[in-house]
Amino acid sequence: MSFFENISSIQNIIYIFSSILFISGIKMLGKEDTAVRGNFLSALAMFIAVSVTFINVINPILVLVGIGIGAIIGSLIALKVKMTSIPEMVALFNGFGGLATFFIAWSEFNSIPSNNFQYILVMITTYIGGVTFSGSVIAYGKLSETLKVEKTSIITKLFTTFFYISIIYLLYSIFITKIFSPGFDFYTILLILTLLGGVGFVIPIGGGDMPVVISLLNSFSGIAAAFAGLLLLNNVLIVAGSLVGASGLILTIIMAKAMNRSIGNILFVGYVSSASPSKSEETGEVKPINVSDAYLILENASSVLVIPGYGMAVAQAQHVVRELGELLEANGTEVRYGIHPVAGRMPGHMNVLLAEANVPYDVLVEPEDVNPSMDTVDVAVVIGANDVVNPSATEEPGSPIYGMPIIEVHNARTVFVLKRSMSSGFAGVQNPLFFKENTRMLFGDAKESIGGLVTEFKE
Amino acid sequence: MEIYILLGFVLILSIYLGLELISKVPSTLHTPLMSGANAISGIALVGALVLGSDTQLQQALAFLAVMFASINVFGGYLVTNRMLKMFKKK
Repeated sequence: MSFFENISSIQNIIYIFSSILFISGIKMLGKEDTAVRGNFLSALAMFIAVSVTFINVINPILVLVGIGIGAIIGSLIALKVKMTSIPEMVALFNGFGGLATFFIAWSEFNSIPSNNFQYILVMITTYIGGVTFSGSVIAYGKLSETLKVEKTSIITKLFTTFFYISIIYLLYSIFITKIFSPGFDFYTILLILTLLGGVGFVIPIGGGDMPVVISLLNSFSGIAAAFAGLLLLNNVLIVAGSLVGASGLILTIIMAKAMNRSIGNILFVGYVSSASPSKSEETGEVKPINVSDAYLILENASSVLVIPGYGMAVAQAQHVVRELGELLEANGTEVRYGIHPVAGRMPGHMNVLLAEANVPYDVLVEPEDVNPSMDTVDVAVVIGANDVVNPSATEEPGSPIYGMPIIEVHNARTVFVLKRSMSSGFAGVQNPLFFKENTRMLFGDAKESIGGLVTEFKE
Repeated sequence: MEIYILLGFVLILSIYLGLELISKVPSTLHTPLMSGANAISGIALVGALVLGSDTQLQQALAFLAVMFASINVFGGYLVTNRMLKMFKKK
Protein backbone atom coordinates (compact mmCIF):
# COMPACT_ATOMS: atom_id res chain seq x y z
CA MET A 1 0.00 0.00 0.00
CA SER A 2 3.02 2.18 0.29
CA PHE A 3 3.64 2.08 -3.43
CA PHE A 4 2.24 5.51 -3.94
CA GLU A 5 5.24 7.04 -2.21
CA ASN A 6 7.57 5.05 -4.46
CA ILE A 7 6.04 6.20 -7.68
CA SER A 8 8.05 9.25 -8.45
CA SER A 9 6.59 12.39 -9.93
CA ILE A 10 8.22 11.65 -13.27
CA GLN A 11 6.42 8.34 -13.44
CA ASN A 12 3.12 10.05 -12.77
CA ILE A 13 3.75 12.59 -15.51
CA ILE A 14 4.48 9.79 -17.95
CA TYR A 15 1.27 8.06 -16.81
CA ILE A 16 -0.64 11.20 -17.80
CA PHE A 17 1.01 11.14 -21.22
CA SER A 18 0.12 7.48 -21.56
CA SER A 19 -3.51 8.21 -20.56
CA ILE A 20 -3.72 10.84 -23.31
CA LEU A 21 -2.51 8.26 -25.82
CA PHE A 22 -5.12 5.75 -24.58
CA ILE A 23 -7.87 8.34 -24.96
CA SER A 24 -6.80 9.35 -28.48
CA GLY A 25 -6.33 5.70 -29.37
CA ILE A 26 -9.82 4.62 -28.39
CA LYS A 27 -11.29 7.67 -30.11
CA MET A 28 -9.53 6.80 -33.37
CA LEU A 29 -10.56 3.17 -32.99
CA GLY A 30 -14.16 4.35 -33.46
CA LYS A 31 -13.65 5.56 -37.06
CA GLU A 32 -12.94 3.35 -40.06
CA ASP A 33 -10.15 5.47 -41.52
CA THR A 34 -8.16 5.86 -38.32
CA ALA A 35 -8.90 2.57 -36.56
CA VAL A 36 -5.57 0.87 -37.32
CA ARG A 37 -3.62 3.89 -36.08
CA GLY A 38 -5.87 4.12 -33.02
CA ASN A 39 -5.10 0.55 -32.09
CA PHE A 40 -1.40 1.24 -32.54
CA LEU A 41 -1.56 4.35 -30.35
CA SER A 42 -3.25 2.43 -27.57
CA ALA A 43 -0.62 -0.32 -27.83
CA LEU A 44 2.07 2.37 -27.61
CA ALA A 45 0.36 3.81 -24.53
CA MET A 46 0.41 0.35 -22.97
CA PHE A 47 4.08 -0.10 -23.77
CA ILE A 48 4.99 3.27 -22.23
CA ALA A 49 2.93 2.67 -19.07
CA VAL A 50 4.41 -0.80 -18.56
CA SER A 51 8.00 0.33 -19.26
CA VAL A 52 7.86 3.20 -16.81
CA THR A 53 6.42 0.92 -14.11
CA PHE A 54 9.10 -1.64 -14.75
CA ILE A 55 11.63 0.57 -12.92
CA ASN A 56 9.97 -0.33 -9.61
CA VAL A 57 9.89 -4.06 -10.18
CA ILE A 58 11.57 -5.96 -7.34
CA ASN A 59 12.22 -9.17 -9.24
CA PRO A 60 12.70 -8.20 -12.92
CA ILE A 61 13.69 -11.62 -14.22
CA LEU A 62 10.62 -13.34 -12.86
CA VAL A 63 8.42 -10.58 -14.30
CA LEU A 64 10.09 -10.82 -17.71
CA VAL A 65 9.50 -14.58 -17.70
CA GLY A 66 5.82 -13.97 -16.91
CA ILE A 67 5.45 -11.37 -19.65
CA GLY A 68 7.34 -13.62 -22.07
CA ILE A 69 5.08 -16.61 -21.45
CA GLY A 70 2.00 -14.41 -21.73
CA ALA A 71 3.28 -12.81 -24.93
CA ILE A 72 3.93 -16.16 -26.57
CA ILE A 73 0.56 -17.66 -25.60
CA GLY A 74 -1.38 -14.50 -26.49
CA SER A 75 0.34 -14.00 -29.84
CA LEU A 76 -0.07 -17.62 -30.85
CA ILE A 77 -3.79 -17.55 -30.10
CA ALA A 78 -4.25 -14.19 -31.86
CA LEU A 79 -2.43 -15.19 -35.04
CA LYS A 80 -3.85 -18.70 -35.32
CA VAL A 81 -7.50 -18.05 -34.51
CA LYS A 82 -10.05 -18.42 -37.32
CA MET A 83 -12.29 -15.42 -37.92
CA THR A 84 -15.38 -17.49 -37.19
CA SER A 85 -13.99 -18.18 -33.70
CA ILE A 86 -13.41 -14.51 -32.82
CA PRO A 87 -16.33 -14.28 -30.34
CA GLU A 88 -15.10 -17.08 -28.09
CA MET A 89 -11.52 -15.83 -28.32
CA VAL A 90 -12.50 -12.31 -27.22
CA ALA A 91 -14.42 -13.92 -24.34
CA LEU A 92 -11.33 -15.89 -23.32
CA PHE A 93 -8.94 -12.88 -23.40
CA ASN A 94 -11.50 -10.91 -21.48
CA GLY A 95 -11.52 -13.62 -18.83
CA PHE A 96 -7.73 -13.48 -18.54
CA GLY A 97 -7.86 -9.74 -17.90
CA GLY A 98 -10.44 -10.34 -15.18
CA LEU A 99 -8.32 -13.10 -13.67
CA ALA A 100 -5.31 -10.76 -13.47
CA THR A 101 -7.32 -8.20 -11.45
CA PHE A 102 -8.68 -11.02 -9.30
CA PHE A 103 -5.10 -12.01 -8.43
CA ILE A 104 -4.14 -8.36 -7.84
CA ALA A 105 -6.96 -7.95 -5.32
CA TRP A 106 -6.09 -11.25 -3.64
CA SER A 107 -2.47 -10.22 -3.28
CA GLU A 108 -3.47 -6.80 -1.90
CA PHE A 109 -5.66 -8.53 0.69
CA ASN A 110 -2.50 -10.23 1.94
CA SER A 111 -0.68 -6.89 2.14
CA ILE A 112 -2.91 -6.16 5.14
CA PRO A 113 -5.02 -3.21 3.95
CA SER A 114 -4.54 -0.33 6.34
CA ASN A 115 -8.07 1.01 6.53
CA ASN A 116 -11.70 0.02 6.06
CA PHE A 117 -11.99 1.69 2.70
CA GLN A 118 -9.13 -0.39 1.33
CA TYR A 119 -10.84 -3.52 2.62
CA ILE A 120 -13.99 -2.56 0.75
CA LEU A 121 -12.01 -1.90 -2.43
CA VAL A 122 -10.29 -5.28 -2.11
CA MET A 123 -13.67 -7.02 -1.76
CA ILE A 124 -15.22 -5.24 -4.75
CA THR A 125 -12.17 -5.68 -7.00
CA THR A 126 -12.00 -9.36 -6.09
CA TYR A 127 -15.66 -9.77 -6.93
CA ILE A 128 -15.72 -7.96 -10.28
CA GLY A 129 -12.45 -9.55 -11.41
CA GLY A 130 -13.56 -13.04 -10.38
CA VAL A 131 -17.02 -12.78 -11.94
CA THR A 132 -15.46 -11.47 -15.16
CA PHE A 133 -13.12 -14.46 -15.22
CA SER A 134 -15.50 -17.31 -14.52
CA GLY A 135 -18.33 -15.67 -16.47
CA SER A 136 -16.07 -15.27 -19.50
CA VAL A 137 -14.96 -18.89 -19.29
CA ILE A 138 -18.61 -20.00 -19.39
CA ALA A 139 -19.25 -17.58 -22.28
CA TYR A 140 -16.25 -19.12 -24.04
CA GLY A 141 -17.73 -22.59 -23.51
CA LYS A 142 -21.11 -21.53 -24.84
CA LEU A 143 -19.72 -19.67 -27.86
CA SER A 144 -17.39 -22.48 -28.88
CA GLU A 145 -20.31 -24.89 -28.29
CA THR A 146 -18.22 -27.12 -26.03
CA LEU A 147 -20.57 -26.38 -23.15
CA LYS A 148 -24.21 -27.19 -23.52
CA VAL A 149 -26.45 -26.70 -20.51
CA GLU A 150 -30.22 -26.51 -20.63
CA LYS A 151 -31.68 -23.35 -19.13
CA THR A 152 -34.13 -25.38 -17.05
CA SER A 153 -31.63 -28.00 -15.84
CA ILE A 154 -30.78 -28.48 -12.17
CA ILE A 155 -27.15 -27.41 -12.74
CA THR A 156 -28.28 -24.04 -14.11
CA LYS A 157 -30.57 -23.50 -11.13
CA LEU A 158 -27.84 -24.49 -8.68
CA PHE A 159 -25.32 -22.05 -10.13
CA THR A 160 -27.88 -19.27 -10.44
CA THR A 161 -28.46 -19.72 -6.71
CA PHE A 162 -24.72 -19.43 -6.14
CA PHE A 163 -24.79 -16.14 -8.05
CA TYR A 164 -27.37 -14.65 -5.69
CA ILE A 165 -25.60 -16.03 -2.61
CA SER A 166 -22.33 -14.50 -3.83
CA ILE A 167 -23.91 -11.05 -4.15
CA ILE A 168 -25.35 -11.25 -0.64
CA TYR A 169 -22.00 -12.44 0.68
CA LEU A 170 -20.22 -9.55 -1.04
CA LEU A 171 -22.56 -7.02 0.56
CA TYR A 172 -22.11 -8.76 3.91
CA SER A 173 -18.33 -8.67 3.54
CA ILE A 174 -18.41 -4.97 2.70
CA PHE A 175 -20.44 -4.03 5.75
CA ILE A 176 -18.89 -6.44 8.19
CA THR A 177 -15.47 -4.83 7.76
CA LYS A 178 -16.74 -1.84 9.68
CA ILE A 179 -17.34 -4.03 12.72
CA PHE A 180 -14.34 -6.31 12.88
CA SER A 181 -11.46 -7.35 10.68
CA PRO A 182 -12.31 -10.43 8.68
CA GLY A 183 -10.04 -13.43 9.11
CA PHE A 184 -8.43 -15.34 6.32
CA ASP A 185 -11.18 -17.94 5.97
CA PHE A 186 -13.71 -15.22 5.57
CA TYR A 187 -11.91 -14.01 2.46
CA THR A 188 -11.35 -17.51 1.07
CA ILE A 189 -15.11 -18.05 1.09
CA LEU A 190 -15.51 -14.84 -0.91
CA LEU A 191 -12.93 -16.06 -3.46
CA ILE A 192 -14.79 -19.33 -3.99
CA LEU A 193 -18.26 -17.80 -4.04
CA THR A 194 -17.13 -15.17 -6.53
CA LEU A 195 -15.94 -17.76 -9.02
CA LEU A 196 -19.10 -19.86 -8.61
CA GLY A 197 -21.20 -16.71 -8.88
CA GLY A 198 -19.64 -15.76 -12.21
CA VAL A 199 -20.57 -19.17 -13.58
CA GLY A 200 -24.12 -18.68 -12.33
CA PHE A 201 -24.31 -15.23 -13.87
CA VAL A 202 -23.69 -16.41 -17.44
CA ILE A 203 -24.91 -20.01 -17.43
CA PRO A 204 -28.67 -19.30 -17.83
CA ILE A 205 -28.17 -16.92 -20.79
CA GLY A 206 -28.91 -18.39 -24.20
CA GLY A 207 -26.79 -18.34 -27.36
CA GLY A 208 -28.78 -15.63 -29.12
CA ASP A 209 -28.30 -13.25 -26.20
CA MET A 210 -24.53 -13.72 -26.23
CA PRO A 211 -23.78 -10.35 -27.96
CA VAL A 212 -25.15 -8.63 -24.85
CA VAL A 213 -23.33 -10.81 -22.33
CA ILE A 214 -19.99 -10.57 -24.08
CA SER A 215 -20.28 -6.75 -24.23
CA LEU A 216 -21.19 -6.62 -20.57
CA LEU A 217 -18.27 -8.84 -19.54
CA ASN A 218 -16.03 -6.59 -21.63
CA SER A 219 -17.29 -3.66 -19.62
CA PHE A 220 -16.73 -5.54 -16.32
CA SER A 221 -13.10 -6.28 -17.16
CA GLY A 222 -12.49 -2.54 -17.58
CA ILE A 223 -14.30 -1.64 -14.37
CA ALA A 224 -12.30 -4.31 -12.52
CA ALA A 225 -9.06 -2.71 -13.78
CA ALA A 226 -10.30 0.74 -12.75
CA PHE A 227 -11.06 -0.52 -9.22
CA ALA A 228 -7.64 -2.14 -9.06
CA GLY A 229 -6.33 1.34 -9.93
CA LEU A 230 -8.18 2.82 -6.95
CA LEU A 231 -6.76 0.08 -4.77
CA LEU A 232 -3.18 0.64 -5.95
CA LEU A 233 -3.61 4.42 -6.20
CA ASN A 234 -2.65 4.29 -9.86
CA ASN A 235 -4.08 6.87 -12.29
CA VAL A 236 -3.40 5.14 -15.58
CA LEU A 237 -5.25 2.01 -14.43
CA ILE A 238 -8.24 4.12 -13.53
CA VAL A 239 -8.32 6.03 -16.83
CA ALA A 240 -7.71 3.04 -19.11
CA GLY A 241 -10.07 0.80 -17.12
CA SER A 242 -12.85 3.40 -17.19
CA LEU A 243 -12.55 3.80 -20.96
CA VAL A 244 -13.00 0.05 -21.42
CA GLY A 245 -15.89 0.03 -18.95
CA ALA A 246 -17.61 2.80 -20.91
CA SER A 247 -17.06 1.23 -24.32
CA GLY A 248 -18.40 -2.13 -23.12
CA LEU A 249 -21.42 -0.39 -21.61
CA ILE A 250 -22.22 1.42 -24.88
CA LEU A 251 -22.05 -1.81 -26.87
CA THR A 252 -24.28 -3.49 -24.29
CA ILE A 253 -26.88 -0.75 -24.68
CA ILE A 254 -26.71 -0.85 -28.50
CA MET A 255 -27.24 -4.61 -28.46
CA ALA A 256 -30.14 -4.45 -26.02
CA LYS A 257 -31.81 -1.74 -28.11
CA ALA A 258 -31.39 -3.83 -31.26
CA MET A 259 -33.41 -6.54 -29.52
CA ASN A 260 -35.92 -4.08 -28.07
CA ARG A 261 -35.37 -5.56 -24.61
CA SER A 262 -34.01 -4.21 -21.38
CA ILE A 263 -30.64 -5.41 -20.14
CA GLY A 264 -32.34 -6.84 -17.04
CA ASN A 265 -34.75 -8.84 -19.17
CA ILE A 266 -31.90 -10.34 -21.20
CA LEU A 267 -29.81 -11.25 -18.16
CA PHE A 268 -32.42 -12.51 -15.76
CA VAL A 269 -35.56 -13.43 -17.69
CA GLY A 270 -34.69 -14.55 -21.21
CA TYR A 271 -37.28 -15.78 -23.65
CA VAL A 272 -38.45 -18.59 -21.39
CA SER A 273 -41.56 -16.84 -20.10
CA SER A 274 -42.93 -16.36 -23.58
CA ALA A 275 -42.66 -19.92 -24.81
CA SER A 276 -46.07 -20.27 -26.42
CA PRO A 277 -45.24 -20.95 -30.05
CA SER A 278 -48.57 -22.69 -30.70
CA LYS A 279 -50.34 -19.33 -30.94
CA SER A 280 -48.36 -18.03 -33.86
CA GLU A 281 -48.74 -21.30 -35.79
CA GLU A 282 -48.96 -20.12 -39.35
CA THR A 283 -51.30 -21.74 -41.81
CA GLY A 284 -50.21 -22.13 -45.37
CA GLU A 285 -47.45 -23.90 -47.18
CA VAL A 286 -43.87 -23.03 -47.75
CA LYS A 287 -42.78 -22.79 -51.34
CA PRO A 288 -39.47 -24.52 -51.94
CA ILE A 289 -37.23 -23.57 -54.83
CA ASN A 290 -34.23 -25.31 -56.37
CA VAL A 291 -30.86 -23.84 -57.27
CA SER A 292 -31.43 -23.51 -61.03
CA ASP A 293 -34.76 -21.66 -60.59
CA ALA A 294 -33.16 -19.39 -58.01
CA TYR A 295 -30.38 -18.68 -60.49
CA LEU A 296 -32.88 -17.59 -63.16
CA ILE A 297 -34.50 -15.09 -60.80
CA LEU A 298 -31.16 -13.74 -59.58
CA GLU A 299 -29.87 -13.37 -63.13
CA ASN A 300 -32.73 -10.99 -63.94
CA ALA A 301 -32.54 -9.04 -60.69
CA SER A 302 -31.19 -5.50 -60.72
CA SER A 303 -30.92 -5.12 -56.95
CA VAL A 304 -30.01 -7.86 -54.49
CA LEU A 305 -29.78 -7.60 -50.70
CA VAL A 306 -27.96 -10.34 -48.77
CA ILE A 307 -28.89 -10.79 -45.10
CA PRO A 308 -26.37 -12.99 -43.30
CA GLY A 309 -26.90 -14.52 -39.86
CA TYR A 310 -25.22 -16.94 -37.51
CA GLY A 311 -26.03 -19.75 -39.96
CA MET A 312 -23.58 -18.25 -42.44
CA ALA A 313 -20.83 -18.42 -39.82
CA VAL A 314 -21.68 -22.01 -38.96
CA ALA A 315 -21.67 -23.06 -42.63
CA GLN A 316 -18.45 -21.04 -43.23
CA ALA A 317 -20.23 -19.68 -46.31
CA GLN A 318 -18.79 -16.12 -46.29
CA HIS A 319 -16.30 -16.78 -49.11
CA VAL A 320 -18.82 -18.29 -51.54
CA VAL A 321 -21.22 -15.49 -50.63
CA ARG A 322 -18.60 -12.93 -51.70
CA GLU A 323 -17.97 -14.90 -54.91
CA LEU A 324 -21.69 -14.89 -55.72
CA GLY A 325 -21.81 -11.16 -54.97
CA GLU A 326 -18.97 -10.48 -57.43
CA LEU A 327 -20.61 -12.57 -60.16
CA LEU A 328 -23.89 -10.71 -59.64
CA GLU A 329 -22.10 -7.38 -59.90
CA ALA A 330 -20.37 -8.49 -63.07
CA ASN A 331 -23.87 -9.23 -64.32
CA GLY A 332 -24.90 -5.62 -63.66
CA THR A 333 -26.76 -6.24 -60.41
CA GLU A 334 -26.43 -3.94 -57.42
CA VAL A 335 -25.42 -6.07 -54.41
CA ARG A 336 -25.68 -4.89 -50.81
CA TYR A 337 -25.48 -6.66 -47.47
CA GLY A 338 -28.04 -5.93 -44.77
CA ILE A 339 -26.43 -6.34 -41.36
CA HIS A 340 -28.54 -6.45 -38.22
CA PRO A 341 -26.63 -5.35 -35.09
CA VAL A 342 -27.34 -8.61 -33.25
CA ALA A 343 -26.80 -10.99 -36.17
CA GLY A 344 -24.27 -13.57 -35.02
CA ARG A 345 -22.81 -14.13 -31.60
CA MET A 346 -21.08 -10.83 -30.85
CA PRO A 347 -21.45 -7.17 -31.87
CA GLY A 348 -20.23 -6.75 -35.45
CA HIS A 349 -19.69 -10.50 -35.96
CA MET A 350 -21.04 -10.49 -39.54
CA ASN A 351 -18.97 -7.45 -40.52
CA VAL A 352 -15.77 -9.24 -39.53
CA LEU A 353 -16.68 -12.41 -41.42
CA LEU A 354 -17.52 -10.48 -44.59
CA ALA A 355 -14.36 -8.39 -44.24
CA GLU A 356 -12.38 -11.61 -44.01
CA ALA A 357 -13.98 -12.68 -47.29
CA ASN A 358 -12.91 -9.34 -48.85
CA VAL A 359 -16.34 -7.74 -49.00
CA PRO A 360 -15.75 -3.95 -48.86
CA TYR A 361 -17.41 -2.39 -45.82
CA ASP A 362 -19.20 0.37 -47.74
CA VAL A 363 -21.68 -2.09 -49.31
CA LEU A 364 -22.83 -3.17 -45.84
CA VAL A 365 -26.03 -1.39 -44.80
CA GLU A 366 -27.89 -1.16 -41.48
CA PRO A 367 -31.62 -1.92 -41.10
CA GLU A 368 -32.76 1.72 -40.84
CA ASP A 369 -30.90 2.60 -44.07
CA VAL A 370 -32.34 -0.19 -46.15
CA ASN A 371 -35.90 -0.63 -44.80
CA PRO A 372 -37.43 2.51 -46.39
CA SER A 373 -36.34 1.43 -49.88
CA MET A 374 -37.01 -2.28 -49.42
CA ASP A 375 -39.70 -2.36 -52.15
CA THR A 376 -37.05 -1.54 -54.75
CA VAL A 377 -35.05 -4.66 -53.82
CA ASP A 378 -35.69 -7.44 -56.36
CA VAL A 379 -34.29 -10.32 -54.36
CA ALA A 380 -33.47 -10.49 -50.65
CA VAL A 381 -31.27 -13.49 -49.90
CA VAL A 382 -31.50 -14.55 -46.24
CA ILE A 383 -28.56 -16.78 -45.29
CA GLY A 384 -28.88 -18.46 -41.93
CA ALA A 385 -30.67 -15.53 -40.30
CA ASN A 386 -34.07 -15.96 -38.71
CA ASP A 387 -35.28 -13.74 -35.89
CA VAL A 388 -33.72 -10.57 -37.36
CA VAL A 389 -36.00 -10.90 -40.43
CA ASN A 390 -39.11 -12.15 -38.62
CA PRO A 391 -42.11 -9.97 -39.63
CA SER A 392 -43.91 -10.87 -36.36
CA ALA A 393 -41.75 -8.17 -34.82
CA THR A 394 -43.74 -5.55 -36.74
CA GLU A 395 -47.08 -7.29 -37.42
CA GLU A 396 -47.99 -9.41 -34.39
CA PRO A 397 -48.34 -7.52 -31.10
CA GLY A 398 -48.59 -10.80 -29.12
CA SER A 399 -45.24 -12.10 -30.32
CA PRO A 400 -42.35 -12.29 -27.84
CA ILE A 401 -40.15 -10.39 -30.28
CA TYR A 402 -42.76 -7.73 -31.10
CA GLY A 403 -41.13 -4.31 -31.31
CA MET A 404 -37.65 -5.56 -32.14
CA PRO A 405 -36.22 -3.61 -35.09
CA ILE A 406 -35.82 -6.03 -38.01
CA ILE A 407 -34.67 -5.99 -41.60
CA GLU A 408 -38.05 -5.93 -43.37
CA VAL A 409 -37.22 -8.36 -46.17
CA HIS A 410 -40.88 -9.35 -46.52
CA ASN A 411 -41.37 -6.03 -48.35
CA ALA A 412 -38.85 -7.02 -51.04
CA ARG A 413 -40.19 -8.34 -54.35
CA THR A 414 -38.80 -11.83 -53.80
CA VAL A 415 -37.22 -13.38 -50.74
CA PHE A 416 -34.94 -16.41 -50.79
CA VAL A 417 -34.50 -18.07 -47.44
CA LEU A 418 -31.54 -20.45 -47.22
CA LYS A 419 -32.16 -22.84 -44.41
CA ARG A 420 -31.33 -26.35 -43.30
CA SER A 421 -34.78 -27.27 -42.06
CA MET A 422 -37.95 -25.67 -40.74
CA SER A 423 -36.76 -25.28 -37.14
CA SER A 424 -37.32 -21.92 -35.44
CA GLY A 425 -34.68 -19.42 -34.31
CA PHE A 426 -33.18 -18.94 -30.85
CA ALA A 427 -36.30 -17.16 -29.68
CA GLY A 428 -38.35 -20.28 -30.36
CA VAL A 429 -40.75 -18.17 -32.40
CA GLN A 430 -42.23 -19.40 -35.66
CA ASN A 431 -41.31 -17.16 -38.57
CA PRO A 432 -44.31 -16.11 -40.76
CA LEU A 433 -41.81 -14.91 -43.38
CA PHE A 434 -41.44 -18.52 -44.57
CA PHE A 435 -45.14 -18.67 -45.48
CA LYS A 436 -45.36 -15.34 -47.30
CA GLU A 437 -46.48 -15.17 -50.92
CA ASN A 438 -43.14 -13.78 -52.13
CA THR A 439 -40.90 -16.16 -50.15
CA ARG A 440 -39.08 -19.10 -51.66
CA MET A 441 -37.28 -21.60 -49.44
CA LEU A 442 -33.92 -22.92 -50.62
CA PHE A 443 -33.37 -25.87 -48.30
CA GLY A 444 -29.93 -27.36 -47.65
CA ASP A 445 -26.47 -26.36 -46.47
CA ALA A 446 -25.94 -22.63 -47.16
CA LYS A 447 -22.42 -23.14 -48.49
CA GLU A 448 -23.57 -25.82 -50.97
CA SER A 449 -26.60 -23.85 -52.12
CA ILE A 450 -24.60 -20.67 -52.74
CA GLY A 451 -21.85 -22.74 -54.32
CA GLY A 452 -24.47 -24.21 -56.67
CA LEU A 453 -25.59 -20.70 -57.66
CA VAL A 454 -21.97 -19.71 -58.30
CA THR A 455 -21.51 -22.70 -60.61
CA GLU A 456 -24.71 -21.83 -62.49
CA PHE A 457 -23.46 -18.28 -63.01
CA LYS A 458 -20.11 -19.45 -64.31
CA GLU A 459 -21.68 -21.71 -66.94
CA MET B 1 -9.16 9.57 2.37
CA GLU B 2 -8.43 12.74 0.39
CA ILE B 3 -6.58 10.74 -2.25
CA TYR B 4 -9.59 8.46 -2.82
CA ILE B 5 -11.85 11.41 -3.46
CA LEU B 6 -9.38 12.72 -6.05
CA LEU B 7 -9.05 9.33 -7.70
CA GLY B 8 -12.82 8.84 -7.62
CA PHE B 9 -13.06 12.13 -9.49
CA VAL B 10 -10.68 10.79 -12.15
CA LEU B 11 -12.78 7.61 -12.36
CA ILE B 12 -16.07 9.40 -12.95
CA LEU B 13 -14.61 11.84 -15.49
CA SER B 14 -12.93 9.02 -17.43
CA ILE B 15 -16.16 7.04 -17.66
CA TYR B 16 -18.00 10.10 -18.98
CA LEU B 17 -15.21 10.77 -21.44
CA GLY B 18 -15.37 7.16 -22.63
CA LEU B 19 -19.15 7.31 -23.09
CA GLU B 20 -18.82 10.52 -25.11
CA LEU B 21 -15.98 9.23 -27.28
CA ILE B 22 -17.52 5.93 -28.25
CA SER B 23 -21.23 6.71 -28.45
CA LYS B 24 -21.34 6.88 -32.27
CA VAL B 25 -19.30 3.94 -33.45
CA PRO B 26 -20.34 2.44 -36.83
CA SER B 27 -21.45 -1.18 -36.49
CA THR B 28 -18.63 -2.29 -38.80
CA LEU B 29 -16.23 -1.51 -35.98
CA HIS B 30 -18.14 -3.13 -33.11
CA THR B 31 -15.99 -6.25 -32.99
CA PRO B 32 -12.61 -4.49 -33.39
CA LEU B 33 -13.64 -1.89 -30.81
CA MET B 34 -14.55 -4.62 -28.36
CA SER B 35 -11.34 -6.54 -28.88
CA GLY B 36 -9.26 -3.33 -28.85
CA ALA B 37 -10.91 -2.24 -25.60
CA ASN B 38 -10.32 -5.74 -24.31
CA ALA B 39 -6.59 -5.30 -24.96
CA ILE B 40 -6.65 -2.01 -23.04
CA SER B 41 -8.16 -3.78 -20.01
CA GLY B 42 -4.84 -5.63 -19.95
CA ILE B 43 -3.59 -2.41 -18.26
CA ALA B 44 -3.98 -4.59 -15.16
CA LEU B 45 -0.43 -5.59 -16.12
CA VAL B 46 0.78 -2.25 -14.71
CA GLY B 47 -0.99 -3.09 -11.46
CA ALA B 48 0.48 -6.58 -11.43
CA LEU B 49 4.01 -5.14 -11.68
CA VAL B 50 3.77 -3.20 -8.42
CA LEU B 51 2.36 -5.97 -6.20
CA GLY B 52 4.10 -6.83 -2.96
CA SER B 53 6.13 -10.02 -2.75
CA ASP B 54 6.59 -10.64 0.98
CA THR B 55 5.15 -14.14 1.03
CA GLN B 56 5.31 -17.04 -1.40
CA LEU B 57 1.59 -16.73 -2.02
CA GLN B 58 2.02 -13.10 -3.04
CA GLN B 59 4.91 -13.95 -5.34
CA ALA B 60 2.82 -16.62 -7.04
CA LEU B 61 -0.17 -14.28 -7.36
CA ALA B 62 1.98 -11.51 -8.83
CA PHE B 63 3.54 -13.89 -11.34
CA LEU B 64 0.16 -15.26 -12.43
CA ALA B 65 -1.33 -11.76 -12.67
CA VAL B 66 1.57 -10.64 -14.89
CA MET B 67 1.23 -13.69 -17.12
CA PHE B 68 -2.53 -13.54 -17.64
CA ALA B 69 -2.55 -9.79 -18.16
CA SER B 70 0.21 -10.23 -20.77
CA ILE B 71 -1.85 -12.80 -22.68
CA ASN B 72 -4.67 -10.25 -22.68
CA VAL B 73 -2.42 -7.40 -23.87
CA PHE B 74 -0.48 -9.18 -26.62
CA GLY B 75 -3.37 -11.31 -27.86
CA GLY B 76 -5.83 -8.42 -27.78
CA TYR B 77 -3.73 -5.93 -29.75
CA LEU B 78 -2.56 -8.47 -32.32
CA VAL B 79 -5.99 -9.85 -33.10
CA THR B 80 -7.48 -6.33 -33.32
CA ASN B 81 -4.77 -5.34 -35.76
CA ARG B 82 -5.35 -8.50 -37.78
CA MET B 83 -9.07 -7.79 -37.97
CA LEU B 84 -8.72 -4.10 -38.87
CA LYS B 85 -6.32 -4.91 -41.70
CA MET B 86 -9.12 -6.93 -43.33
CA PHE B 87 -11.55 -4.01 -43.54
CA LYS B 88 -11.37 -2.50 -47.01
CA LYS B 89 -13.24 0.20 -48.84
CA LYS B 90 -14.47 -0.36 -52.35
